[in-house]
Amino acid sequence: MKIDIILCGVGGQGILSIATIIGEAATKAGLNLKQAEVHGMSQRGGDVQSHLRLSDEAIYSDLIAQGAADMIISMEPMESLRYLQYLAADGKVVTGSEPFVNIPNYPEMASVQSELAALPAVDMMDIDAVAKSVGNPRGANMVLLGMAARHIQILSAGELQDAIRTIFARKGDAVVEANLKAFQAGFEG
Amino acid sequence: MKKLLLGDEAIALGAIHAGLGGVYAYPGTPSTEITEFIQADSLARERKVHSRWCTNEKTAMEAALGMSYAGRRALVCMKHVGMNVAADAFVNSAITGVHGGLVVVAADDPSMHSSQNEQDSRFYGAFAMVPIMEPSNQQEAYDMMQSAFELSEKLREPVIVRVVTRLAHSRAAVEVRNAAEVQNLGICQERWVLLPGIARARYATLIDKQADMLAASEASVYNRQECGGGSLGIIACGIGYNYVKEAVGNSANILKVSQYPLPQGAIRRLAGENDAVIVVEDGQPVVEQQVKALLGAEYPLKGRLTGDLPRTGELTPDNVAVALGVEQKPMHAPSAVVAPRPPQLCQGCGHRDVYTALNQVLATYPDYRIFGDIGCYTLGALPPFKALASCVDMGASITMAKGAADAGFFPSVAIIGDSTFTHSGMTGLLDAVNDKSNITVVISDNLTTGMTGGQDSAGTSKFEAICVALGVEPEHVRVVVPLPKNMDEIKRILKEEIDYPGVSVVIPRRECIQTAARKAREARKAKENA
Repeated sequence: MKIDIILCGVGGQGILSIATIIGEAATKAGLNLKQAEVHGMSQRGGDVQSHLRLSDEAIYSDLIAQGAADMIISMEPMESLRYLQYLAADGKVVTGSEPFVNIPNYPEMASVQSELAALPAVDMMDIDAVAKSVGNPRGANMVLLGMAARHIQILSAGELQDAIRTIFARKGDAVVEANLKAFQAGFEG
Repeated sequence: MKKLLLGDEAIALGAIHAGLGGVYAYPGTPSTEITEFIQADSLARERKVHSRWCTNEKTAMEAALGMSYAGRRALVCMKHVGMNVAADAFVNSAITGVHGGLVVVAADDPSMHSSQNEQDSRFYGAFAMVPIMEPSNQQEAYDMMQSAFELSEKLREPVIVRVVTRLAHSRAAVEVRNAAEVQNLGICQERWVLLPGIARARYATLIDKQADMLAASEASVYNRQECGGGSLGIIACGIGYNYVKEAVGNSANILKVSQYPLPQGAIRRLAGENDAVIVVEDGQPVVEQQVKALLGAEYPLKGRLTGDLPRTGELTPDNVAVALGVEQKPMHAPSAVVAPRPPQLCQGCGHRDVYTALNQVLATYPDYRIFGDIGCYTLGALPPFKALASCVDMGASITMAKGAADAGFFPSVAIIGDSTFTHSGMTGLLDAVNDKSNITVVISDNLTTGMTGGQDSAGTSKFEAICVALGVEPEHVRVVVPLPKNMDEIKRILKEEIDYPGVSVVIPRRECIQTAARKAREARKAKENA
C-alpha cells in the first residue's frame, strides 16, 4: 500500500505543519516516508508545495512523478490547480474553498471553480470559516488535515490525532486541544 | 534507532556522531539547516562543538582549516556559490593537506530554486583534486559523514560532500548509530607554509595521492553495480540513482556512483557489458564529459550533452523516465487559469519603506541606477518597486555602483543588506573611499540574515563604526528608521547624501518583522513558563 500526496498553499499558510504531522504519524505506524519541502525564497508569500510519499515498501524518488499523485491537499483553490499535471487520472483534490489573494491578477473564482468541477473527485470546504467557528482561527491547516484524513486510507484518524498531540505537545495542552478540535471539525465535514 | 531527518539534518547528525569538533558556515539555501541543527543539538552543545555563524564562506573555510591543524574534525557548509567565495582557501587546503578530518559540504541548487546559477560543485573536487562523496538519500548522507572524515584523515586531504536541494530539503527516516567520541589528534607538527618551493613539493604529493583516491573510489561501498538485464548501462550519480530506480526498478544494469574520482574500472566494465551507456547526474554534465574521455568518442554515450536529458535544470522522475524510455502515466492538462505567485517582501517589512523612499527621491533625477545585492531585498527588483538594475553576487552592489560612478554616471546608488555588507561589502566600500567615488550606499539593516530564516548577522550594532573606520566621513554616515511615518525625513536624508559628491552611507535600521515576531513569541512563552 502507498500514497503520494502533493501538499500546497501559499508561504506562511502552514502546509509544512501538515506535512510534519503526517510524517510523524507515518513514522510511528512504521511506514516508509519521503517528504520534499520548499525552503528559502519561495516562503515569502509565494506558492509553496511539498511532495509527501508514504508506503509500506521502499521509496526511491523524493519527488512524485507527473500523473502519479493520489491526492492534492491545498490550503487554497487556485494553488490546488497549479499541480494538476501531478494528479493521477483518478486522483482526489482536497482543498480550502476561499481564495488567498496577494497578487493583482488572481483569476476569476468562477473559472477556478469550473476547472475544479471538471475533475473526478474534489472535496472542498471553507476551512477558514470552520476554523473560526471552533474558536481556532489560525487552525485552518488542521481543518484541512481533518478533511484529508477522510481520504488517506494508509493512516487512521486516530494515528493522525496522536501525531497532533506529539507535535504540539511542547506548545501546551490548550494548543493541542484547539488543533484537535479543528481537525475533528474538518474530519466530520 | 530511527529518526526522521532532512538531508541537511542527516549530514549534521552524521557529523556530530563522527566526533565533530566544529562547524563553520555562512547561511545559504539549501545548506543552512546543517549548521542550525548542530547549534540546537543537545550532544553538540554538551560537547561544546563550535557552531557560531561565520562572516562569509572564506572565513569559515580558513577557520575550519585551523581547527583541522589543531587535530580536530571540522565541517564547512555552504551553498554552491559560497564555494566561489571559499575557493582560495579551499583549493589551497588540498595543497597544504589536512590533519584532523576536514569535510566541506557544498549544497548545489540545480533549477536555481533560490540561487543565481546552477554551477556544479563536483568541478571543485576535480579542480582541487580531492575526493567527493555524493549521497543519494538521507541514510547515505548520515553514513557518509563518518566515511568522509575517515577518508579525509587517511588521505590527509579535505573531502567534499556534495548534495542537491532535493536531498537537502527532503525528509526520510534514518537509522542512527551511537555517537563516537570527539576526535583529537593533537596539534599538527608540520608547517603548512605554501612558499613556492614548498608548494611545488606539496603539489607533487597531491598528484601522488590521486592513485589512492581512485583506489578508494573503486573499493567504495557507495559505488556499486546492479545487474538487472538489458543492453543499456546506466551510470546513476547521487540523487539520480533514486529517479533511475523509480523508473526501472531492478530491471536495468546500473552503476551507482556516490564517490569520486570516478571509479574508472567499474565504468569500463559497465561499458564493456552493454551496448550503450547513459549518465544520469543532477547538475552539470561533469561525469558525462569524463566518461566520454574515458570511453572514447566512438562509444555510444548518452546524457545531458546529447539531449537525452535536459541540458539545464534539475533531474526529475519525469525527465529520467523519458530518457530511459519508460512510459509516463496519463496526466491532467495543466490549468489554464493559474497565475504566477512570486515571492514578495513581507507586509510591514522595512525594506519596503526603503524602496518607496528611494524610488520617490531618485525619480526627481533625469536618470539613475540602483545596484542591488543578495538577500530578501533583492525582491525589490520585482513589482511594485522594480527598483534594481543589478544583482550579481554578494557585495557587488557597492563595487558596481562604484564602477558606474567611476565612468561618470550619476546618481549611482547601492543597496545591500547588513549581513551581505559584512560578508563581502566592506572591502568594496574601502575601494570607494580610497577613490572618493561619488556613490551612496544604503545598508538596509534588519538586524538579521533574513532570507535564509533569521540567523545572526555578523556586524549587528557595528555598522556606523565599520563605515567610519573604513574612511567614510562621519557626517555622511546617516541612520534612519524605515517606517511610513518617517518618510519625509528619510527622503530628505537620502537626497542630501545622493547630492553629496563622495561616498555616503545611509543605514535604514529596523528589525526584520519575522525575527521580531519570533522573539515576541519566545518572550511570551518564557513569561508563561516563569
